[in-house]
Amino acid sequence: MNWLTNFVRPKLRALVHKAELPDNLWVKCPACEQMIFHRDLDANHHVCQHCDHHLRLGAKGRFEMLFDDGAYQRIELPNSIIDPLKFRDRRRYTERLKEAQNRTGEPDAMVVAHGRMGGMAVVIAVLDFSFLGGSMGITVGGALLAAARLAVLQKAPLIVVPASGGARMQEGVLSLMQLPRTIIAVEEVKEAGLPYIVVLSDPTTGGVSASFAMLGDIAIAEPGAIIGFAGARVIEETIREKLPEGFQRAEYLLEHGMVDMVVHRRQLRDTLIRILDLLRSPTPPAGRPAPPQVEPETPARGTGAGNAGARKSRRR
Amino acid sequence: MPNFLDFEKPIVELEAKIEELRHLSDGGDINIADEMIRLKAKVDWMLRQTYEQLDPWQKVQVARHPGRPHFSDYVAALVENFTPLAGDRAYAEDRAMIGGLGRFRGYSVVIIGNEKGADTESRVRHNFGMARPEGYRKARRLMRLADQFGLPVITLVDTSGAYPGIGAEERGQAEAIARCVETCLEIRVPFVSAIIGEGGSGGAIALAAADKVLMLEHAIYSVISPEGCASILWRNGDHAQEAAEALKLTAQNMQSLGIIDAVVSEPLGGAHREPAKAIAAVGEAIEAALHDLKGLDGGVLRARRREKFLKMEGKGLS
Repeated sequence: MNWLTNFVRPKLRALVHKAELPDNLWVKCPACEQMIFHRDLDANHHVCQHCDHHLRLGAKGRFEMLFDDGAYQRIELPNSIIDPLKFRDRRRYTERLKEAQNRTGEPDAMVVAHGRMGGMAVVIAVLDFSFLGGSMGITVGGALLAAARLAVLQKAPLIVVPASGGARMQEGVLSLMQLPRTIIAVEEVKEAGLPYIVVLSDPTTGGVSASFAMLGDIAIAEPGAIIGFAGARVIEETIREKLPEGFQRAEYLLEHGMVDMVVHRRQLRDTLIRILDLLRSPTPPAGRPAPPQVEPETPARGTGAGNAGARKSRRR
Repeated sequence: MPNFLDFEKPIVELEAKIEELRHLSDGGDINIADEMIRLKAKVDWMLRQTYEQLDPWQKVQVARHPGRPHFSDYVAALVENFTPLAGDRAYAEDRAMIGGLGRFRGYSVVIIGNEKGADTESRVRHNFGMARPEGYRKARRLMRLADQFGLPVITLVDTSGAYPGIGAEERGQAEAIARCVETCLEIRVPFVSAIIGEGGSGGAIALAAADKVLMLEHAIYSVISPEGCASILWRNGDHAQEAAEALKLTAQNMQSLGIIDAVVSEPLGGAHREPAKAIAAVGEAIEAALHDLKGLDGGVLRARRREKFLKMEGKGLS
């Protein structure tokens, strides 16, 4: 026993650890294949420092990056029915679900938090790809609804950051019903006169893009993100043609008029703050000196004076 | 019968035998006539046996049966003065999605649906019932037209899904579907939807976020095709049959999940055997649903419709 515990086991450990260490500390960029040190990756919000490729960023990273001073409060999400169809493919859905919960420490794919951005109260919901591909089932639908209602309650804008392959197949038609359900959720925000902004990240496809993700008052996309309805493989198999260069990428969508802008993650927070400020503070701040009165050179005619008056009143 | 499904083979063979006997019996042989009556009764019995116990995968086959009545058949039989309206006013006319004004059982309505086509030429013309963004944008335009003039909306859903193509993606397939669902939930007029064949994913819910959703007995409704589901979860499309079981996509499943309001019975042996009967049954069910919604305030209709879809969280399941 002594020889085994004192000699063999440490050797084995050393072997295993040697293989594990680089994996944990270094991440290979999927685009340029260069190695990135984990601290650099975190400091750079998961953007490759070599090629600017935007790697996936989970809920925690998103919140820390977007909220003022990285301070936020998560909200508890409503419980939903688990595995309504008793779904089983090669494995049970409950097993897949548990495994994802254990790995991520989250109950489901959407995480919701509120806090401040540029001093303004905001609610942010992140659909995290690392949880079953960010797929949308009943719990995700309920989470977005909770986020929307919190935004209405706080009179705060709602920002959603989806990364999802689409609807969660294991919940069958009930996941399809989350399309209308989440659309009603964002309608409630819009009807309350609050901004609804979507930051489309890689990937946003299927039932998620065909519902709340494509209905933003403002649609921002992250560089290189795949955004679309059908998967590239399905399209290729249907039409038997090669897909064009950059197809379904954020820049391609911008070119085709489907998003407002493509924003580098480094500028995302500032861009969101600027947009929210423009949408939410439409009048000059109090204390700003009144504009100089311009006297008309010729005596004012009826229409001219009316126009000037209208302009003035709009400023107020 | 030019088209029959694998599991219908014994029935079709028996029917061929009856047909043979009919030719022989032209002489008026009483024994043959008796035999024919006996065989016909057997056919009915076999049809009932088979169709009462269709498994989900067989239902998928029936729902896709080419002889099943399609949108145009329903409109021809149920709608007077049908006046098709074309185009999305932005890019194109999509013939996979048909819609227009017409008179249904006395009501002036807007009726919209997916058309799959009946032969090779018309199937190509209608793109096999798979709409592009223009189709959903047209549907949206027509729903708003109905809203503007206070006309009820009827939709007939029969699509394997939205078309997956380069142009469709470039012109915003996902956005078009999302907006179409949004409009379904916005209008302040009675809205009845019937799933008459395939209710395929986003392409189906785009027309089916309605006050009352009806479904034919052997129609299917699913978040993904069994083939697509199998190729993702089983990593092999050959497992479609298992996927069809797992997805719980039958009309009977839909009713117990609270997704639909009523199942419309099909004639013995499915809608493709007696299309006229199936169409009439759907007509009756739509009329009954419209009657229930008649007279309700537009705001109430809309609020109730939203409440119904907000509650789609699988509660109340056994």
